[in-house]
Amino acid sequence: MAMADSGKPAFWSLQNISYQAYRLKNRPELIIGLLALGFLSFVVLVPLLQIIKDAFTFQSYDLAYNPDGVVGEFTLFHLDRVFNQPISAALFYKPLVNSLKMGFFVTVIALTVGFSLAWLMVRTNVHFKGVFGAMLVFPYMMPSWVMAIAWLSLFKNDRVGGSEGLLTYWTGTQAPDWVAYGLFPIVITLALHYYAYAYLLISGALATVDSELEEAGATSGMGKWKRIRVITMPLLMPAIGSAIVLTFIRILGTFGTPALLGLPVRFFTFSTQIYASINARNQGDAFVLALVLIVLAISFIWINSRIIGVRKSYVTMTGKGFRKHESDLGKLRWPATVFVILFLCMTVALPLILLLWESLTLIPGDYSLSNLTTYFWVGQGNVNLAYGEPGVIHNKGIMGALINSIKLGFAAALFNGVLGLLVGYAVVRGRGKRLSQWLEAIAFAPYIFPSIALGAIYIGMFSTSIGPVPALYGTFTILILITVIKNLPFTSRTGIAAILQIHQSLEEAARVQGIGWFRRMFRIIIPLSMSGVVAGMLLTFITAMRELSLIILLISPGNMVLTGLIFGYQEQDMAQHSSAVTLMLVLIIIIISVIVRVMSRSAGVGRLNTT
Amino acid sequence: MGQIRLDGIVKSYGKEVVVKNLDLTVQPGEFLTILGPSGCGKTTTLRMIAGLEEPDQGNIQLGERVVFSRADGVVIPPEARRLGLIFQSYALWPHMTVAKNITLALKEQNISKADIARRLENALEMVQLTGYAGRYPSELSGGQQQRVAVARLIALRPSILLMDEPLSNLDAKLRTEMRASLKRLHRDLEATTVYVTHDQIEALTLSDRVIIMNDGRIMQEGSPYDIYHHPANIFVAEFIGDPGINLFNGTIANGVLDCGAVSIPLPDAIARHGGDLIAGIRPEKMHVSETAKDGWLKARTEILQPTGANTIVEVKVGDTPITLMQPGFMTLPAGTELWLQFDPESLSFFDTDTQENLRNKVG
Ligand SMILES: Nc1ncnc2c1ncn2[C@@H]1O[C@H](COP(=O)(O)OP(=O)(O)OP(=O)(O)O)[C@@H](O)[C@H]1O
Ligand SMILES: [Mg+2]
Repeated sequence: MAMADSGKPAFWSLQNISYQAYRLKNRPELIIGLLALGFLSFVVLVPLLQIIKDAFTFQSYDLAYNPDGVVGEFTLFHLDRVFNQPISAALFYKPLVNSLKMGFFVTVIALTVGFSLAWLMVRTNVHFKGVFGAMLVFPYMMPSWVMAIAWLSLFKNDRVGGSEGLLTYWTGTQAPDWVAYGLFPIVITLALHYYAYAYLLISGALATVDSELEEAGATSGMGKWKRIRVITMPLLMPAIGSAIVLTFIRILGTFGTPALLGLPVRFFTFSTQIYASINARNQGDAFVLALVLIVLAISFIWINSRIIGVRKSYVTMTGKGFRKHESDLGKLRWPATVFVILFLCMTVALPLILLLWESLTLIPGDYSLSNLTTYFWVGQGNVNLAYGEPGVIHNKGIMGALINSIKLGFAAALFNGVLGLLVGYAVVRGRGKRLSQWLEAIAFAPYIFPSIALGAIYIGMFSTSIGPVPALYGTFTILILITVIKNLPFTSRTGIAAILQIHQSLEEAARVQGIGWFRRMFRIIIPLSMSGVVAGMLLTFITAMRELSLIILLISPGNMVLTGLIFGYQEQDMAQHSSAVTLMLVLIIIIISVIVRVMSRSAGVGRLNTT
Repeated sequence: MGQIRLDGIVKSYGKEVVVKNLDLTVQPGEFLTILGPSGCGKTTTLRMIAGLEEPDQGNIQLGERVVFSRADGVVIPPEARRLGLIFQSYALWPHMTVAKNITLALKEQNISKADIARRLENALEMVQLTGYAGRYPSELSGGQQQRVAVARLIALRPSILLMDEPLSNLDAKLRTEMRASLKRLHRDLEATTVYVTHDQIEALTLSDRVIIMNDGRIMQEGSPYDIYHHPANIFVAEFIGDPGINLFNGTIANGVLDCGAVSIPLPDAIARHGGDLIAGIRPEKMHVSETAKDGWLKARTEILQPTGANTIVEVKVGDTPITLMQPGFMTLPAGTELWLQFDPESLSFFDTDTQENLRNKVG
């Protein structure tokens, strides 16, 4: 048989088209990559462009301010309102200052606390490390505003009417406003939550630094402090940088705590101002604020990467065990241990006890034993109590929201698991190709959107139908969608890591033996990546269940979830209900996180780590 | 049984061209080895035949089927090429038992359950792993894992077999054993086989034909005998043989090759060539005498390395080092005098500029 000449045919020739079609067909990772890229562009980039466009076009709701405007025309009206009008002070400048102050103080405190704890846990011989290790990451699992609710139980004063907190009950004095509401309590409660991120990142980095270079420093005769300064700190900088960026961006986007502790005294941050603007039907303002928030987040990431270096700026959390290279605390060993215990009491035990107690008080503000009741858990409903709202287990609203939350968690975990695995597959198998880089970048992009801003973006995008996609506002689908997208940076990393572990030849061997793509996925790729992906899915489940900032703008009675319900109760000053439901949510999360711990401990052991 | 034919294959990664216009035909049932130094493009070539990499240019034909043609726009995926491939890492699926590993692909085809069971039995028997069907790969030794990979191929009965350094992870003793089992596999399946290695012993012992590759090009193809005795160029001469060939740079003068301390007799055809030359002779081809002989070169021993059946002797003639290989276990003290002579029949001559073997040209 005569062979055709071996040169390349012209681009538009039939042969070349056939060739390119064959190639596409033979490369499942390419097809998946393209599909994933298309989908992610649609749900990440398009919404962003949409709110940029909306922010610069005259909207029908603007007619209230300017009846002469033409809907749909280019306008700087929103920009002008946000930056350049008397109202801008309240709309933009004060929230900006408040957000920055909040971000700064929380980051400083959270980092100091997280760093100290990491050092104690990794580098010293403090007691009870096993228990502490499990407890210290507890806040990481919780909704960030649990502390805020607990704070109110303690310090609530008569400022907003209704009942007062434990402090008033015990001492008869009112907590001053600055203690009960505003910047101070917001910073304290957020810091006591967000230290966990810094702790996790820095302790991971410390444990690896430990094993690598410090001993080398010791043998070359460096003193202890010099070693820390010259070797340890520079190596920790990437982790610290990541912790700063992570904390700061999350704080910019967090809604629950500033709403609970700020709104009663009209202390607005970006997130609560966006919420207020949306509620006041001034979406244009909200979009501009959301864009500013995104710009702030991006510049923050950029500054961090300039200082620390792009490549090193994200330290991955590894599960490596801590080395036993610890310094002896000597006489300070017990004091340090007691310090950690007290800290844990304050961040873990106290809030939960307060929640429980609050949920068991019949008349709010009366914390005596005689006032205890199980009514808010098991009561049938009584018109004289809490507007007739029945207790948790008889409450259709709560049970509906519970089911919705679990559904949301399941759906998000499932889609995130699948999407993460597919993205991981396309990225890893396509390594070195531009498609793979784009996909990785866009899967990581949601990271730069502070939660509340992403919510605002989704309002802008999905309140009307786009082509075949119907209007999603108010549906359950949009909650799933936004949760999946927000978690994508995490799950696609998990997916990438999982696929990287599976040597390419395992799949190629199947290919050569004539096994098609679907069978390869189900018989080889999925079984081999399961443990990592499932642990990631369970974490997504937890994140989805505790999420408020992300979805606060998108929930309505039709798609209510537990976190939204809690916020509603809190707004209506129904402290017992909000405490009871919060406690229930916390319990569910604890159960799942215990499962996660057990699973991730057993993952990676057994027969999968050989060959 | 199928022929394998590669025409004008070019492959590059980015700017680096790793396979350069490769033409290659493997006859039905033939055992062909591709031998070459690390990074020369062996694996890439094999993967292109399997369909796991795409050439930039050229055609590939398996049997009567064109499986790749850039010009005609044909790319048959590996799934549809129906060939067997053994990976260096064996690529056993760690989460499946030996039996599952062997039968997974069979279940993909329309084969009856009874037939699958029979093939499994048969394959395990051939690699002497009967009774191991329920084990997981991690519960097997390296050699057993390799045999499972072989059994997986046997069960599939491909007419074309590709192997990429299947023995490189094994220790020396097991390697010799496995070499024999691979040869048996080839015979039993009667499959056209392409075997990739950088181990010349494997190449020389297993193959009908050997291809020496370097830097993406074929340097020589021929029988193991030809490759060893008539290297086409200096690269092949130096690459094949352990200990390596002795090479002498010299100038033709008065019908001999003058290399300083050593002068080498030349056949007339070569002597007529004139100018500079490189002469080569394998260590075991030197004539050696322990007593003085007239007209022989006097040498002094430097280092002796007995390997059991043979002894590698490094000597110096003046300043020129020469390696000898002598049968038997020799124990001479360093500095012992030996007398050497070149065997004219065993000498190869290479052009200094082109590095090509002159005999191949001159006749
Ligand atoms: N996926 C790839 N991307 C970029 N370069 C590659 C890739 N695969 C191989 N190469 C390069 O192509 C060249 C040939 O590689 P190949 O694996 O074919 O070598 P080899 O002859 O099999 O070597 P070895 O004996 O070490 O296995 C090498 O220089 C290698 O670095
Ligand atoms: Mg190779």
